[in-house]
Amino acid sequence: MEMSELLKELNMDEALRDPDTAHLVIERNRVVSSHWVQGLEVKTEEIENGVEVSVRVREGTVITKPVHFCFGVTHKRALQRIVMHVHVERGAKIAVLSHCMFPKAEDITHVMEADITLDEGASYVYREKHIHSPDGGIEVYPRATITLGKRARFATEFELIQGRVGKIDIDYAVTCGEESTMEMMTKISGRGDDDIKIRETGYLVGERARGVLTSRVAVREHATAEVYSKLVATAPYARGHVDCHEIVQDQGVATAVPVVEVKHPKAHVTHEAAIGSVDTKQLETLMARGLSEEEAVEFIIQGLLS
Amino acid sequence: MKILSLKQVNLSLNGRKILQNLSMDFWKGRVHAVVGPNGAGKSTLAATVMGLEGYRKVRGEILFEGESITNMGIEERAKRGITLAWQEPARFEGLTVETFIRASAREKSDAEIQRVLQVVGLNPDEYRNRAVDRTLSGGERKKIELASILAMRPKLVLLDEPDSGIDVASLENIFEAIRVLRKDGTTVVLITHSLAVLAQAEHAFLICDGTLIEEGPMEQIRPYFEDKCIPCNHKNIPEIEGEEHGDE
Ligand SMILES: Nc1ncnc2c1ncn2[C@@H]1O[C@H](COP(=O)(O)OP(=O)(O)OP(=O)(O)O)[C@@H](O)[C@H]1O
Ligand SMILES: [Mg+2]
Repeated sequence: MEMSELLKELNMDEALRDPDTAHLVIERNRVVSSHWVQGLEVKTEEIENGVEVSVRVREGTVITKPVHFCFGVTHKRALQRIVMHVHVERGAKIAVLSHCMFPKAEDITHVMEADITLDEGASYVYREKHIHSPDGGIEVYPRATITLGKRARFATEFELIQGRVGKIDIDYAVTCGEESTMEMMTKISGRGDDDIKIRETGYLVGERARGVLTSRVAVREHATAEVYSKLVATAPYARGHVDCHEIVQDQGVATAVPVVEVKHPKAHVTHEAAIGSVDTKQLETLMARGLSEEEAVEFIIQGLLS
Repeated sequence: MKILSLKQVNLSLNGRKILQNLSMDFWKGRVHAVVGPNGAGKSTLAATVMGLEGYRKVRGEILFEGESITNMGIEERAKRGITLAWQEPARFEGLTVETFIRASAREKSDAEIQRVLQVVGLNPDEYRNRAVDRTLSGGERKKIELASILAMRPKLVLLDEPDSGIDVASLENIFEAIRVLRKDGTTVVLITHSLAVLAQAEHAFLICDGTLIEEGPMEQIRPYFEDKCIPCNHKNIPEIEGEEHGDE
């Protein structure tokens, strides 16, 4: 399958033709297509097994249409390494929609190493959606270090619910400055022998910094999931919340390790974790409306991951 | 014609007798009410008829349209046309009102979803895409539950306190839903503490301490609400079941 066919399947070809929509398409270690808009500066360099990308959003630039990134491997076997530097300058705003597609994966490793800096009042909204092959055969290592300046806003959503996970090991660390806000949401659905690890850490170091770490994971068959969410608050009026919900079916195994650390008497961090089978009342409600148990479970999981 | 019959139904939960020798008949297409004090066993009765987990070790028999459903699971009972609206409805993260109702609906069209939301007094444009989660109030949640039941078009519905948490103005929407169900030929069982809800019924049952005290036309049971609880052998502490009964 060619990259162009994939993009068509995602209904992305329209976005790629729009002159007001910026995009970057990378196949393995090759930049297939790119287009930029004013105020957005991007440099790409092909490196061994991948591409290094530097993104700069100039001071005060507000990019109105979401920028599309597409990272894919159309082959069965490959290593793809994306090194990404993102700098959103003072008052600039950008939203990125990232598609990671490995539809034929048999033995693919995808590594993403990102460092992201948001200056004062900058905003970065990043959504990453993965589409994997139905048989696993893939390892994904997203790594990111993020620094938020004063009043910066950072929101991410990571979604891997189509195809098999294979192995995923996420490691994100965010340092939140004064009055900044950070929201990270991860949604992953595993089955077979999928292996899911999520490590997310937020350091609320600035006064009135706010952070929320949310994870929604379903493990079915023999899949395993470990979610380590950590929030450390060291500044007055810093507020944080960890919210982890994992549904376990069949022989699945889920672990959640929420760590909340407060090092200032005026900071406040809370956490909630729910791990287990689907809620009995939800299940029985749907069954009382005529759904089978399997349909009801599927329905509840779809909702959780939607 | 009888649609649902309980014959000498006994149920114990954690060694406590909750339902005791309950024999009740419900008639096809009629609106019934079940009344009784807190802890009487009304919600337990509803859960037992629906066959919820933990409410299946019944002694006695439950018949639906002449067939014994005593040993059937929820799914089989629902497929036969029985459904239940919980006293406290469940919340579903991430599911929209529309998806939730569509899952239950016999006819899955947009028009149908619009119709049932209108019956319960919710503006479809405002509610269709909202999540059925904690962002909905308790009253809104109960109306959506009722809307999903209207869409299911069941043969028999147990409504456990359909008016609890419902404001005075919205009560009329609940009554309208009951009228619509009745017009559809659905048999309705209302569990309630409210005289206004009881007044919707044709036939009523008074239960106390898991035992049927009285049944008859609604007017006959009405005095119960007028502070004249009919004398009964109410034992506040249900007896602990002896080992010899053998069911736990
Ligand atoms: N799992 C259980 N184990 C032991 N006792 C239970 C259990 N569930 C309910 N009960 C008891 O059974 C009795 C009947 O409860 P039920 O909820 O059916 O009452 P109700 O008539 O619906 O009351 P209300 O009007 O307050 O809703 C109560 O005394 C209750 O404490
Ligand atoms: Mg009750």
